[in-house]
Amino acid sequence: MSSSFSTTDLNVRNQRNERLFKLLFGLITATLILPVVIIIGTLIVKSEGTLTWAFFTEDPTNGMTEGGIFPALVGTLWLVAVALIASVPLGVAAAIYLSEYAKDNWLTRLINLAIINLAGVPSIVHALFGVGAFVLFFNFGTSILAASLTMAVMTLPVVIVSTRESLQAVPQSFREACWSMGATRWQTIWRIVLPNSISGILTGVILEVSRTVGETAPIMFTGAAFFLPFLPSSVFDQTMAMSLHLYVISTQVPHVPEGLPYGVALTLILIVMVLNSVSIAFRTYLRGKKKW
Amino acid sequence: MADRGALPDVQRRSAAWWQDKVAQGLVLIGGVSAIVLILAIFIFVAQEGLGFLLKDLDLVEFFTSPAWRPTSDEPEYGILALMAGTASVTGLAMLIAVPFSLGAAIYIGEFATGRTREVLKVLVELLAAIPSVVWGFIGLSIMNPLIIDVFDVPVGLSVLNAGVILGLMAAPIMTTIAEDALKAVPDGYREAAEALGATRWQVIFKVVLPSAKNGLVAAILLGVGRGFGETMAVLMATGHSVNIPTSPFDSVRAMTATIAAELGETAQGSPHYQVLFSIGIMLFLVTFVINMAADVFVRGGFKLKGKRK
Amino acid sequence: MVTANPTTERVEKLAIEDLTIRYGDTVALDSASFKVFENEIFGIIGPANSGKTSFLRALNRMNEMTTGMTVDGVVRFDGTDVRDWRDVYALRSRIGVVFPLPVGLPLSIYDNVALSPRLRGIKSRAELDTIVEQCLTRAALFDEVKDRLDSLGSLLSGGQQQRLTIARALSQDPELLLLDEFSIAVDPVTTMRIEDVLKDLKQELTIVLVSNLVRQARRLADRTAFFLGGELVEVGETEALFTGEVKDSRTTDYLEGRFG
Repeated sequence: MSSSFSTTDLNVRNQRNERLFKLLFGLITATLILPVVIIIGTLIVKSEGTLTWAFFTEDPTNGMTEGGIFPALVGTLWLVAVALIASVPLGVAAAIYLSEYAKDNWLTRLINLAIINLAGVPSIVHALFGVGAFVLFFNFGTSILAASLTMAVMTLPVVIVSTRESLQAVPQSFREACWSMGATRWQTIWRIVLPNSISGILTGVILEVSRTVGETAPIMFTGAAFFLPFLPSSVFDQTMAMSLHLYVISTQVPHVPEGLPYGVALTLILIVMVLNSVSIAFRTYLRGKKKW
Repeated sequence: MADRGALPDVQRRSAAWWQDKVAQGLVLIGGVSAIVLILAIFIFVAQEGLGFLLKDLDLVEFFTSPAWRPTSDEPEYGILALMAGTASVTGLAMLIAVPFSLGAAIYIGEFATGRTREVLKVLVELLAAIPSVVWGFIGLSIMNPLIIDVFDVPVGLSVLNAGVILGLMAAPIMTTIAEDALKAVPDGYREAAEALGATRWQVIFKVVLPSAKNGLVAAILLGVGRGFGETMAVLMATGHSVNIPTSPFDSVRAMTATIAAELGETAQGSPHYQVLFSIGIMLFLVTFVINMAADVFVRGGFKLKGKRK
Repeated sequence: MVTANPTTERVEKLAIEDLTIRYGDTVALDSASFKVFENEIFGIIGPANSGKTSFLRALNRMNEMTTGMTVDGVVRFDGTDVRDWRDVYALRSRIGVVFPLPVGLPLSIYDNVALSPRLRGIKSRAELDTIVEQCLTRAALFDEVKDRLDSLGSLLSGGQQQRLTIARALSQDPELLLLDEFSIAVDPVTTMRIEDVLKDLKQELTIVLVSNLVRQARRLADRTAFFLGGELVEVGETEALFTGEVKDSRTTDYLEGRFG
């Protein structure tokens, strides 16, 4: 009698404790997310009326205290596009090597270590590298090319890691079946592995775009300009960029009306959020649509 | 019987064989590029800064003097205050990010189920995507007046501001890595402990966390690396004044932010320019060590050389 | 001096000499030597971990694609050491393989079967159509899928996928067909249909059949080898082995189900 009573008592206490723990950890998680909700809410409220059609299609005027962000928007597009052209082929190649060709040897380990460290190098050090290598050594000057290449180096690990994951999601048995028919590794990659991982690779590329859009430090000294009243016409021109524009109008330019930087910040967040949501939605959709 | 002659076939290499070799060579370039780039980063940054660092710079003064006056007539290059700035901001950020990210990882990994879990993971992923310049702007425009109001201090751009911002920035990434570490603990461990009558609390703290220890340490290390190397947010939220902080409300200046703020105004090859690159070398080396350490923890230490799960 | 009699002379297809396979320090197959003749079904039986699958992987040099497996000794294919082939892919294209678990590639049924001919450079649609129909028919699958050749091969049922795998192997026009416990994931009816197919195929090519079913080996194999724990215990005419003409008592014990 007494023993069964105490067991029940213990159970009740345990259950109560467990609910308490769950609540505690739930609150911790909420505390992490809540500020961001508040921040985005504030951005939306404070930038009210800023995000008009003209904001996106007009040049900044009157010392960047009025007007829109059109050249910065176009400049960011340039920077992202050129960075992608450089990093995607290189990153996908590296991922194919690591996933499909590499043996477990010192070279592979070295490459993996290099990728880990490449991902960890501070963005400002990437900027210094960009100045030393692309602006000065290769003599590209401060240009879209130099800035984009700097960002390409910086985001290369993102492409490699996400592509490698997509490639490795293709079952090994498919490769073995192809090899046993006399297909070379490359034929197997081209006909089976790539077609079945291309959507995953694209998801990773979208993430890379989102990362590139927001980067500021690597482009400050390599190709992005504070203010340029005209659009770039080639990769050797300088350009404005959204991210640097936000930095400039919120710290360097006096008498900017409050709504303007809030509008730019909100635009940046929206672009990044939309890109990431697309990537996540795409991934979820793919997970539900199995081909094997 | 097939009339393919055995010998010629044995010796011939088909076009496909060559195609495969060429493809292998091409993708190998991609793989090796990672090694080349990490070396190139070091070489190019070192080339601009190392000569000066070793020859002309008084290293003792460099590391121990709090005076950073690169533009005065008698320039002084002491980075003690800058290191103190970086350390104080990163330290405060970790004080915030470590408990919150581990707590969130435990909730997402051990308590949340089904849809809640998926939604939380997506939210954390979205948080990690907010650009650092936007975080800096938030520090400048939202946190700054908030701190001035709440604590009744004259300046809101301080260790506190940047630390909180950096903590919020680093937490999502740390949460993701920590949650991966928890997920790697086999369910069998949890079930075995539950079968022995352990409560949820005991299962998590006596079984799951100890088993995931290495991954959690790696998560914290990578968070430290992230905070240490963060530039824009720190540049905008610290107040950017050279100062060894004595309270969280002091303005400071970080090493990364110093480079970002001053590189544009220096002449290429000038002592000031070279000193900034020297700071870059330090940043590179420190993050290199942090990343290598994290990698060692992820792989379970030196004992499991090269082997991975 | 011996006059060859084409009807009884057995032409050597595979000659295995002192074949030893290791994974690190673990020996998977220990110095096995035997021969496989043309147009026979050669059975290999034995309990799990006897080195049967490792043996098949050594035949077409699949060990080179994954690390860890080392091969010593000689495998002669048509008299030539397989390691002397400078183009391993040409070697493999002559050897068809069917795996224990069916592998329908995530391509259409048509493309599954047309893959190997396409790799050989056949582009003509008419020619491909013929090969696909022929191979699917021979694998006893054509009638079931002829109306949906465009649907994914990887979404067929297990038994259908296994016949698709066989059709794919046949599309290589192989001289040698390796089957590794093909009936594991296949229902008994389909198994019997595939067995009938194999008996017909014997006229044109050589088959090495690794089987976990002793009775399947008896039904199909002309000669049978018994592997046990990495050791080749015995090779002989299948009927002889089953009727007790054995050199090693372990063979009888296994065949009669006393272990394994």
